[in-house]
Amino acid sequence: MRYTSTAKYMPSIFEYEFMVRAIIGGAMVGALAPVLGMFLVLRRFALIADTLSHVAFMGVAIGLITKISPPLVALGTTSIAAIAIDQLRARRMMPSDAALAVFLYAALAIAVVVISLAGGFNVDMFSYLFGSVLTINTTDLWLVAGLMVVVIGFVGMFFSELAQSSFDGDLARTSGVPVGLVNLILAVLTGATITLSMRIVGVLLVGALIVIPVIASLRLATGLRTAVILAMAFGIFSSLTGLTIAYYANVAAGGAVVLTAVGLLVLVEIGMALREQFKHGKWHNTDTPT
Amino acid sequence: MSNETNQVKPPNSVLEFDHAWFAYDGEPVIEDVTFALEKGQFAAILGPNGGGKTTMLRLALGLAKPSRGSVSLFGEPPAKFRAWGRVGYVPQATEGVQTRFPATAEEIVAQGLYRGFDPLAVWRSSGHPSVMQAMETVDIADLRGRRITSLSVGQQQRVLIARALVRDPELLMLDEPLAGIDAAGQEQFHTLLRRLNSEMHMTILLVSHDIGAVMREATSVACINKSIVFHGPTHTLTQPELAELYGFPVDVLVHDALHEHR
Repeated sequence: MRYTSTAKYMPSIFEYEFMVRAIIGGAMVGALAPVLGMFLVLRRFALIADTLSHVAFMGVAIGLITKISPPLVALGTTSIAAIAIDQLRARRMMPSDAALAVFLYAALAIAVVVISLAGGFNVDMFSYLFGSVLTINTTDLWLVAGLMVVVIGFVGMFFSELAQSSFDGDLARTSGVPVGLVNLILAVLTGATITLSMRIVGVLLVGALIVIPVIASLRLATGLRTAVILAMAFGIFSSLTGLTIAYYANVAAGGAVVLTAVGLLVLVEIGMALREQFKHGKWHNTDTPT
Repeated sequence: MSNETNQVKPPNSVLEFDHAWFAYDGEPVIEDVTFALEKGQFAAILGPNGGGKTTMLRLALGLAKPSRGSVSLFGEPPAKFRAWGRVGYVPQATEGVQTRFPATAEEIVAQGLYRGFDPLAVWRSSGHPSVMQAMETVDIADLRGRRITSLSVGQQQRVLIARALVRDPELLMLDEPLAGIDAAGQEQFHTLLRRLNSEMHMTILLVSHDIGAVMREATSVACINKSIVFHGPTHTLTQPELAELYGFPVDVLVHDALHEHR
């Protein structure tokens, strides 16, 4: 079994159950990742996604060797790491980029050691590293669906708190916003999102889905609500287009999804550059200020 | 240090520093500062760059903790203070304008209305009357739909002032609010502060390095260069004290000239 989805006779994409599951999962992950990503990018903390994805990989490695459900172990390790990174940052014990680097390499080193103890990489490991739409099962989909409810509920209910603490942490604190709590929940949910997205896009690329649709959306939107919705739309579009390309061109799904997102970003940047050129550097947004 | 704490607190004290010290990485920034701000005062903190002015505000707001001594805001340690609706804060700069933060000027001003967790806040419509009023007060009503990051530094500063005003605070703290605002705007701004103080009875704490403006506007002044060099009514501040503060003779003619201008 290879980690790329293959179909020799090119039947319709919906004829395979695994592709239907991949499309449902991909759409959910595509919507989910940029919602959290928006608030991470705005507070210049987007690289936590990279760190947590490596921590998730460590969890997978430990899960595979101990024969405990790898996603469950990964969920545990990312939650602990998210809380630890958040606390190091909140208490100013370490600059946040330094904390992110330490956790990333420590996790990767542990993963490498655990893998060597297990006698090297196997197919399962590859499926987590690069994503494998073939292995997505119904339980995975329900987990992602549950997480989506939690994340969208959190972002919806704490929108004002998230917006204020992303705009300026100190200003938010002196307005009575519980910035510490909001940051902590955000970090833990990011870890959970990464863990549950691993199967689809893979550990190495999940960070891209958290960050790239957000960057494209920020180029276009004037208001934060519009920006979040636009980023979700870009995420879903990238997932669905990427999966379709992966199916028909017989390439790795995770790579195709992320390349679609990158392509979208490039198009948006070119479009905006042209627009600014035409309007002599002055341009207006069409979305309503909210 | 608790044995040194003066238990007899003036009843009208809004902000108090009691022998407060603060250090960054072991390097003292604030040394043994004792300072009190009474209700209704228009006070200024004056001092050279790096003299600890902003740190004093951060200590007052609970964004930093004194390493020794104590600070109290409305009678409480700032770390325990919860009644943030009583305080308006205008920082020197915000993180958000450095990223591509997607918010209009109006949305940033409306952030000032925050009064605790409200799960339905995301659905509330814009155009709150007090938001519009605050924007009109600082003359930025026409910028309401503009993205905050597309505004000039001076305009962004006004947005932050409106954000603080919309809270209708009892105490307004401003950190160098005039950076990037032109002379006419500065005059307008000082008129506004005077009005807020005299008509609305807002207590004002203004951090500034503009000696002329402080001498004209503030009723009391604290001069700080790590430690308090002078603290008292503005008119009693003299040239030798200013010279001590800045480490070189300060031309008081500047201040006289501005007095005449008024």
